[in-house]
Amino acid sequence: MTRTPNTTTSVKFTALCILFCFLFCTSTQAQEIVVGSKKFTESVILGEVLSHIGRSVNASVTHRRELGGTRVLWNALIAGDIDLYPDYTGTLSREILAEENLRDEADIRARLAEMGLVMSRPLGFNNTYVLGMVETRAEALGIRTISDLKKHPDLKLGFGNEFMDRGDGWPSLQNRYVLPHQNVSGLDHDLAYRGLESGTIDVMDMYSTDAEIQYYGLRSLVDDLQHFPVYNSVIVYRVDLIDRAPQVVKEILKLEGLISERKMMIMNAQVKLEKKPEVQVAADFLAKNLNVQVKIKKETAGTRFWRHTWDHLTLVGISLFGAIVVAIPLGIVAFRWARGGQIILGLVGIIQTIPSLALLVFMIPLLGIGGAPAILALFLYSLLPIVRNTYAGLHDISVGIRESAAALGLSDGAQLRLVTLPMASRSILAGIKTSAVINVGTATLGALIGAGGYGQPILTGIRLDDIGLILQGAVPAALLALIVQGLFELFERVFVSRGLRLKGEMA
Amino acid sequence: MFEVTGVSKTFGDLQALREVDLSVQAEQTTVLIGPSGCGKSTMIRLMVGLVWPDEGTVTYKGQMLTPANVLSLRQKMGYVIQEGGLFPHLTARKNVALMANYLGWAEGRIDSRIETLATLTHFPADGLDRFPGELSGGQQQRVGLMRALMLDPDVLLLDEPLGALDPMIRADLQSDLRSIFQTLGKTVVMVTHDMGEAGFFGDQIVLMREGEIVQIGSLKNLMQSPAHKFVTQFIHAQRRPLESMARGEIVK
Repeated sequence: MTRTPNTTTSVKFTALCILFCFLFCTSTQAQEIVVGSKKFTESVILGEVLSHIGRSVNASVTHRRELGGTRVLWNALIAGDIDLYPDYTGTLSREILAEENLRDEADIRARLAEMGLVMSRPLGFNNTYVLGMVETRAEALGIRTISDLKKHPDLKLGFGNEFMDRGDGWPSLQNRYVLPHQNVSGLDHDLAYRGLESGTIDVMDMYSTDAEIQYYGLRSLVDDLQHFPVYNSVIVYRVDLIDRAPQVVKEILKLEGLISERKMMIMNAQVKLEKKPEVQVAADFLAKNLNVQVKIKKETAGTRFWRHTWDHLTLVGISLFGAIVVAIPLGIVAFRWARGGQIILGLVGIIQTIPSLALLVFMIPLLGIGGAPAILALFLYSLLPIVRNTYAGLHDISVGIRESAAALGLSDGAQLRLVTLPMASRSILAGIKTSAVINVGTATLGALIGAGGYGQPILTGIRLDDIGLILQGAVPAALLALIVQGLFELFERVFVSRGLRLKGEMA
Repeated sequence: MFEVTGVSKTFGDLQALREVDLSVQAEQTTVLIGPSGCGKSTMIRLMVGLVWPDEGTVTYKGQMLTPANVLSLRQKMGYVIQEGGLFPHLTARKNVALMANYLGWAEGRIDSRIETLATLTHFPADGLDRFPGELSGGQQQRVGLMRALMLDPDVLLLDEPLGALDPMIRADLQSDLRSIFQTLGKTVVMVTHDMGEAGFFGDQIVLMREGEIVQIGSLKNLMQSPAHKFVTQFIHAQRRPLESMARGEIVK
């Protein structure tokens, strides 16, 4: 009698195992891909097109959108944090692999293959750099070609930050044309159009498929010495993607030769001028050209806000907590161990002088893109104020008090716990407060390396010239800073002895 | 109680003590006095193990002071400094009770001990829950004394306990202190730079100069049979201004 139920149980169990195995196996077989895009509109649109295609063949797709610059994407691709992203042949040959003297697409393809990367054939449009001026102003000065600029050395030039430093950017352009201009400034590419319109700059770098060229009535100056190479749009992906997601690769390669310059310019215009979301523009393009129907998951403003808030709080919360846990002991060590103390204070001081964007980018080879590198960078930034204030708080306690504590017969640990740390608590809390406020602000830069947070709407808002969107990030970030500060003040009321605040009032 | 034997101590270039020997008698008040930099403060700090001798030894009840035993020995000594050394983040009561709490005394025992000490030191009961910043200098010193006496130590070490007080309060506290010492019968070592105060308190006065002991004895002893010209000079230097002015020697 007892055998029967046992047998049934074991049969059921086996069936369950098979089912689980089946589920498990299929789930690992499901294609998971990560798409990257740069922080300008065309790249984001292409990123959405790639994502849609991936989803249309049931791959699970993550789109790391609007990453801050070519280098960030390139490093992420090499590290395997993203699988594919749209780029341009000219950028690959003249910027990323500039030292290698690659002449044509075959050269580039061969070099990429050595690195385990594959480049698609051109998608169909050439998005080269051009220099642009307001039509009426160019006409008045008689400027048609880049060479004509030489006759007007007083013109104010404003270039995108990336263009200022790129191998094919301003330095080599200036060399090639022997341009005499002194008044050259770097600024955000999307802001440059507004600069041109308002007259703060006279000449800027444009991408030939930028929608603004027509919209603002700009003249593209002829590259009469053929300085700029061809920037054919291509997709770069990791070779292992072919094995991992063969269907995705197959579908994506259908884009080759499919996107004409006109089509791209129209898509750019739909996003930048008609304010359509990139997901929608990408979906419309696929429906019309590849007959791929995409269902767009709409995210309401509310859920988006909470997602940004959650991301931001995660960045700030983890990095600040980590900093507090590490920095207070470091401050104590710095105080107790005189010579080493100066080393500790010096080191955390040096970290603080690294520009935040640079620090974020340094983290990518170590931790990839996304939340982890941003948290580490924020953590490092938050150390200094806490370490220094812990040190200062302990240092400011008079010898008389310290000796009185020792003379009572308290052990070193008890002196720290009962006397010196509580006395330094006010200074330590002030340090934490400073760190927290800096942290909340700096965390907005995390969006540049795909960490999300309130920086995301700010970044998108700058790109789309949408003040409302910028405020959706800037206002909550400012409010969060105020709330955090308020919380710590409340914390101070509760945890710092009134006896110490009393002294502060008297002083 | 304390035996200081052949102790030398330098701080950088400064020779604070040179081969000093001193014996502190139990249940007596020993006053260390001398001009600034004579080593009197270093001497008292040696006894509580805040500084360690370069050469020589300090013993307490026959036991040599070492970093290993100093924590437990300190609990048998009470130490008070010029500014009181109170912890500003704790109320008077918590300052006094800190060590007893640390050692895990029961609350009732702590409270009754504090009550006894407040009565002894003439400290107002309603001041116990104030923070040091809310107390006058004289009151702070009384709290410092209560804290030093909390564990009922055998020895009180006082480093210029009245130095920061104005003259009226100082006189008050002087007489209170002396009656406390007499009531409790403790061994007291006190540092001062005031000869009058030394005479007022000291069973034994130790006059120091430049890291050496010049003479040990009662005030009468020092005045009547000075061991060195310096002894007379020091005593007179402190007495002269007022007396001379009274005699009209200094006229402006």
